[in-house]
Amino acid sequence: MAGAGRFEGFDRRWLFLVVWILVMVPLVRPLMLPLVVTPPAQAYHDAIEAIPDGSNVLLSADYDPGALPELVPMTKTTLRRLFSKRCKVVVTCLWNGGPGVVDQAVRSVAEGEFHLTDGEDFAHLGYKAGNESVMVLMGQGFANAFPNDYRGRPTAAMPIMQRVRDYGSIAMLVSISAGYPGTKEWVQQVQARFHVRMVSGCTAVSAPEYYPYLRSGQLLGLLGGMAGAAEYERVTGLTGPATRGMDAQSLAHVFVAVCIIAGNVLQWTRRRAAAGGARGQP
Amino acid sequence: MRQMAWAGGLLAVAAVFALAGFTRGFSVTLAAALTLCIFSFLYKDNPFYKFAEHLFVGVSAGYYIILNFWTVIVPNLWDPLLATFKGDVGPGNAHRAWWEVVFGAQLGEYRYWLLLPGLFGVLLFTRFVPKLAWLSRWALAIIIGVYAGIKTTGFAQGDLVAQAEDSMRTFWIPGDVAGSLNNIIFTLGLVTSLVFFFFSKEHKGALGLTARVGIFFLMVSFGAGYGYTVMSRISLLIGRFQFLLDNWLGLVRF
Amino acid sequence: MKREVPLLVTAVIGIFMILSFFVPHQAVSVPADFLLQCAVIVVAFGYVLGGANALRINIDLISKKAPNWQYKVVLLIGLLTMVVVGAVEGRAFQTPGTRFTWLYNQLYVPMQSTMFALLAFFIASAAFRAFRIRTAEAGFLAVAALLVMIGRVPIGNWATGWVQQLPPWLHWVQLPNVEEWIMNVPQNAAKRAILMGAALGVMATGLRVILGIERSYLSGEE
Repeated sequence: MAGAGRFEGFDRRWLFLVVWILVMVPLVRPLMLPLVVTPPAQAYHDAIEAIPDGSNVLLSADYDPGALPELVPMTKTTLRRLFSKRCKVVVTCLWNGGPGVVDQAVRSVAEGEFHLTDGEDFAHLGYKAGNESVMVLMGQGFANAFPNDYRGRPTAAMPIMQRVRDYGSIAMLVSISAGYPGTKEWVQQVQARFHVRMVSGCTAVSAPEYYPYLRSGQLLGLLGGMAGAAEYERVTGLTGPATRGMDAQSLAHVFVAVCIIAGNVLQWTRRRAAAGGARGQP
Repeated sequence: MRQMAWAGGLLAVAAVFALAGFTRGFSVTLAAALTLCIFSFLYKDNPFYKFAEHLFVGVSAGYYIILNFWTVIVPNLWDPLLATFKGDVGPGNAHRAWWEVVFGAQLGEYRYWLLLPGLFGVLLFTRFVPKLAWLSRWALAIIIGVYAGIKTTGFAQGDLVAQAEDSMRTFWIPGDVAGSLNNIIFTLGLVTSLVFFFFSKEHKGALGLTARVGIFFLMVSFGAGYGYTVMSRISLLIGRFQFLLDNWLGLVRF
Repeated sequence: MKREVPLLVTAVIGIFMILSFFVPHQAVSVPADFLLQCAVIVVAFGYVLGGANALRINIDLISKKAPNWQYKVVLLIGLLTMVVVGAVEGRAFQTPGTRFTWLYNQLYVPMQSTMFALLAFFIASAAFRAFRIRTAEAGFLAVAALLVMIGRVPIGNWATGWVQQLPPWLHWVQLPNVEEWIMNVPQNAAKRAILMGAALGVMATGLRVILGIERSYLSGEE
């Protein structure tokens, strides 16, 4: 079949070019497709709003630059809601590559938008090696595990650390995570052991495996990927970078779906042609 | 002709960079240049990509060394040891018994006990000397012991007990047919998927049929996982394009 | 001695960490806290070791003029630049405005982000060239993938918006609702089974390591 034969040895760089165009164009000329807020994102929002005003919150931003587009928007939106409720927020980062980008996200909201004071209204404790062992170590006191903050200043003397001392003093644990260590480890080592209320925002790759935790109530809400971040922006009345990226996401998904279908149709066509040719032989 | 097209294209790219560098600043232009160097791999492997790739590996390795030194080794090991030493050589300690000075510890203050993790950390570097490499196993033993212990209890409590507890759901919720049906399907999927992973008996007969049903549920979960993985990867590309369009070219505000 | 001491250390520490989960008394909690501090510090040394190893290997490759050794020089320059600048900056090296932070923002962040962004292109290419439905099981996988992919994004809601004109009992047919059902029920059930099975596996492996039955971490040297 001549039509099917034209795709033989198809140069994949044409596919790359189509992906490039389908993602780039909607970013410049948005389609404004309507966004629907799913129940897990709504539950995340409801759990954050249910925190009493002025409460202490631990936010662990466990990601690096490889997950920026999915997780920074949900980090910022969460911080905006928490600071609007006058919560005292302590931020940690358990990923090597992450403390710098996490600090920029935190300060852009805390200092840039809300004009809060580092060490009094919020604290960024920075990075600590050790994955789960840090999580369990923090159970004996956050300042115990983090003697210095992100900028190298002692944490024991900080006013915020006098009230946000350990897991018993926080109203909520917010885990924004890109993988290991992340939400799963926080659920296993902290939520299960210390019974803290917990919500999670995560990359889309990780989201499916956290649905069992959502169903069991170990997680009170879940934001999955850029779509989750966009939904949370929507439910809080914002139009941020995640929302603006969803049109490009839509077209790219349709293209990948077309690729799957086209690739299989081509395979079936070729198989039928081969079978027909074999039958026709003497 | 082809060479002229290549030269023209490169000149155009250089002109865009020069203009952007002039208007947006050297820092952003450098970041954009490195971004495009890596994207150039999509056409084919080339010296620009190789340069960026090796620079990235080197910068990452150097970053991890400095990060772990200043954020862990210094505040969690060096500072407490130094404070302990200074405190013990100060006045007023002459009356304290030696075992109290050396071994006295309380939560968060481990005094000279901290010499142990310092020593084991240094022992890790014996891996560079083949004759002494066996000493690094002692340091590894600490890490393995701690992680084996906390992972065992973490998985048991968080993944096994809590999940099994939640799985005991009623099959009939009065007034909620959809919810009841969902619970039945959920339990069917859970049990059949668990049976699939039971390999102590051959999957034949009733067991085989049950495992086969489980396979279909597992395939649905893998398909859902694939769909979410596609979303994740596309998101990362969207993020880079947002950087190029907003921070570098200033064409769109995100 | 060379194998027995590490095995004994692993066993004692592992049992102690399990005990610390059940016993809150300070006779257990204080040593357990100390052991966790030890793990944190030793892991940090491990990362420094990894960086030093990268330095050692690449110096060796450059001295032997291995293929593409010139790129290894670039690697070394990057590594040494970060180490020297970071060492000079001191413990406030991450403060905004420092040279180290500039290197992190202009070198590390864009390159790492872009490395992962490349995957978007390859996933589309693999969807066309490698995603083959040859069995009923693979068909289930493909259908679930397509429904979730399209249902999760706004275009799925837009394309099936006409469903809202139908009677309410048919609204579940709208793609976002189908996607939500797949994620909450069949996908969730299978994922929970995997979670529980993996938990049993990890517990078994953890106990094997603690009891010294599993010794692969000793890496087979004498």
